[in-house]
Amino acid sequence: MVRNPDANRDQFRPHDHPNDAFLLTTVVGSYPKPKWLNRADELVEDPDSKFDASDLEEAHDDACRLVTREHERAGLDTVVDGEMRRNEMVEFFADRIDGYEFNGPVKVWGHNYFDKPSVVEEVAYDEPWLVDEFEFTSDVSERPVKVPITGPYTLGFWAFNEAYPSTEELVYDLADLVNEEVEKLVEAGARYIQIDEPALATTPEDHAIVGEALERIVSGIDEDVRIGLHVCYGDYSRIYPEINDYPIDEFDVELCNGEYEQIPTFTDPEFEPDLALGVVDAHTAEVESVEAIKENIRQGLRVVPPEKLTVSPDCGLKLLPRDIAYGKMENMVTAVREVEAEIDSGAIDVDDPLDD
Amino acid sequence: MTQRVAATPGLYPLPDWAKETLSELKGHQKGDLLSGDEGEAIVEQYDEVRAEFVDDQLDAGLDRVVEGQGRWDDMIAHPLTVHDSVETGGIVRYYDNNNFYRDPRVVDDLDFSGDVARELEAAGDLLADADGAADASLAATLPGPYSLADLATNEHYGDEADFQAAVAEFLAGEVAAFPDHETLFLLEPSLVTNPPAEGAESTATDAIATVADATDADVVVQTSYGALGEKLYAHLVDEAGADALGLDLVAGDRDDTVYNVQEFGATDSLALGLVDGQNTLVEEPETVAERVEWFESQVPAEGFDRTYLTPNTELFYLPANKYRAKLNALAAAAEVLD
Ligand SMILES: [Zn+2]
Repeated sequence: MVRNPDANRDQFRPHDHPNDAFLLTTVVGSYPKPKWLNRADELVEDPDSKFDASDLEEAHDDACRLVTREHERAGLDTVVDGEMRRNEMVEFFADRIDGYEFNGPVKVWGHNYFDKPSVVEEVAYDEPWLVDEFEFTSDVSERPVKVPITGPYTLGFWAFNEAYPSTEELVYDLADLVNEEVEKLVEAGARYIQIDEPALATTPEDHAIVGEALERIVSGIDEDVRIGLHVCYGDYSRIYPEINDYPIDEFDVELCNGEYEQIPTFTDPEFEPDLALGVVDAHTAEVESVEAIKENIRQGLRVVPPEKLTVSPDCGLKLLPRDIAYGKMENMVTAVREVEAEIDSGAIDVDDPLDD
Repeated sequence: MTQRVAATPGLYPLPDWAKETLSELKGHQKGDLLSGDEGEAIVEQYDEVRAEFVDDQLDAGLDRVVEGQGRWDDMIAHPLTVHDSVETGGIVRYYDNNNFYRDPRVVDDLDFSGDVARELEAAGDLLADADGAADASLAATLPGPYSLADLATNEHYGDEADFQAAVAEFLAGEVAAFPDHETLFLLEPSLVTNPPAEGAESTATDAIATVADATDADVVVQTSYGALGEKLYAHLVDEAGADALGLDLVAGDRDDTVYNVQEFGATDSLALGLVDGQNTLVEEPETVAERVEWFESQVPAEGFDRTYLTPNTELFYLPANKYRAKLNALAAAAEVLD
């Protein structure tokens, strides 16, 4: 059953919010790394270089400050650090969880590889994964910080399973670890957690496994904590309306890339969690105009009323040129604030949002 | 007595050094993938990769040595994606994996290419020159016509049956140009994942037979991702011209495969997908050997000409160290059985 998004949404509304209507603006997570940070990541591996691990930490801190500020400057209501400290969405966590081992890169396509880990024994919680990262970002930010975490289904199915009789069992063990991490994050002050499950898009028939994993993740987590789920690049009709039963506050979708062809999927039966709608494409290197983004936002109003609509890019922006990524966020926020004003004035009819 | 043959259908992971050098030489984008007319620097890298693959197989002690298909950026769609009559479209998912290949759009007659024959020639030369290669012989690898047609988009030939037949004729022409080889592996995963419609089985088996007839070598039609449908299985045994049907004993329900052989008999030889090509857990040779004996005992036949001990899929899914460990496991299992 859906959690209670009404109970946690208002804390993200800025005190100086200009409109009555409030569409929560956020991002999915990853952001282009400054070139110098990639250089720094390489330099620390070079035995001939004097650049060491503590220098790299300083570089990561600097990059997180920079990108968090960049998100604030774009006007977002909730920000992230752009995942500057993370290398890859599975690898980063597998590195921190006992039970995983790395054997080397495997092919994804062409000459694109991924350090796919193997689970060689029962997974266990060792040290916190993201608490330091969250505390740092929280410190430097004036806005609430969202924490994206790769979900247990993706952590399980995008690894080799050597140790568990079934990968489903591995996923549930991982979900318990994610729950432990979320508890620690909440203790450190986090109020907005996003679980990323891109693997579900490739095997939608496993939606019940993801549902059970989510039950474990949110176990004991108060309703003032907002739990989002991000799934991208798939056929949503294969997991809808099942996601209405997920214990989440918000479901974050990538639909701009498909020009909102899948929107009708979510209109029947009624959409229960809040909808976080992708309104800019994460894989086109042109900044959408404010006008175009406003049209996209209206698509979301076909599914949920304004008080249940969150607005974000389709997916992580890390593959874009940095100025394009920034431009998309900035135009997105401008478009949202204009749509809110038009809702307030009645220029947009929320019962018939596409009508001009 | 059944002869046990340790072999693989190829498609190995590039060694880690080659992953780096080739991605630097070629790039990471869709347009950077292999077109079949690569320049000298890239050719040299692949020559080294091929030599390493041959060594890996001889070191392990496999009975059949394949070229290793390091150049096959698009996995088994490669013979089409490098063809002049094919335009490559978007990146599409490769079966149910987190892997992608370029959609080959066939826009003109599929005439002779010779791309795979050149590779195989080079592998044959390496094998002839290698020390300790006396017990190993050359095996060729191609996609089966059904799967290749399934992975491609037809924008030139008539209906599906015409297209399968055309792809089969093309592959047969390629095989005819191959140097001497002991075994030909035809990879046919689509027979399981997207089987021919009821009544269209013979179109698929005719296409396979067209390719099989082009060689004097033993032909193994290798299937993956679980058990074959029973009707299709029966057609394949009778009509595909295969010396051995390759059966996946790792994925899916093994009992269905046992049922198929008990009910419909088997080809004169068998290939058994015994080690998991998609998991880093390395099987014990004794376990693999037991599985061979167990499966053979399920089958109501006096014996087979040959049982090929193989992985259930290509091995490129694995990190390089585990791929080598899997080769060793197969060769050691064949030893255990001798
Ligand atoms: Zn995404």
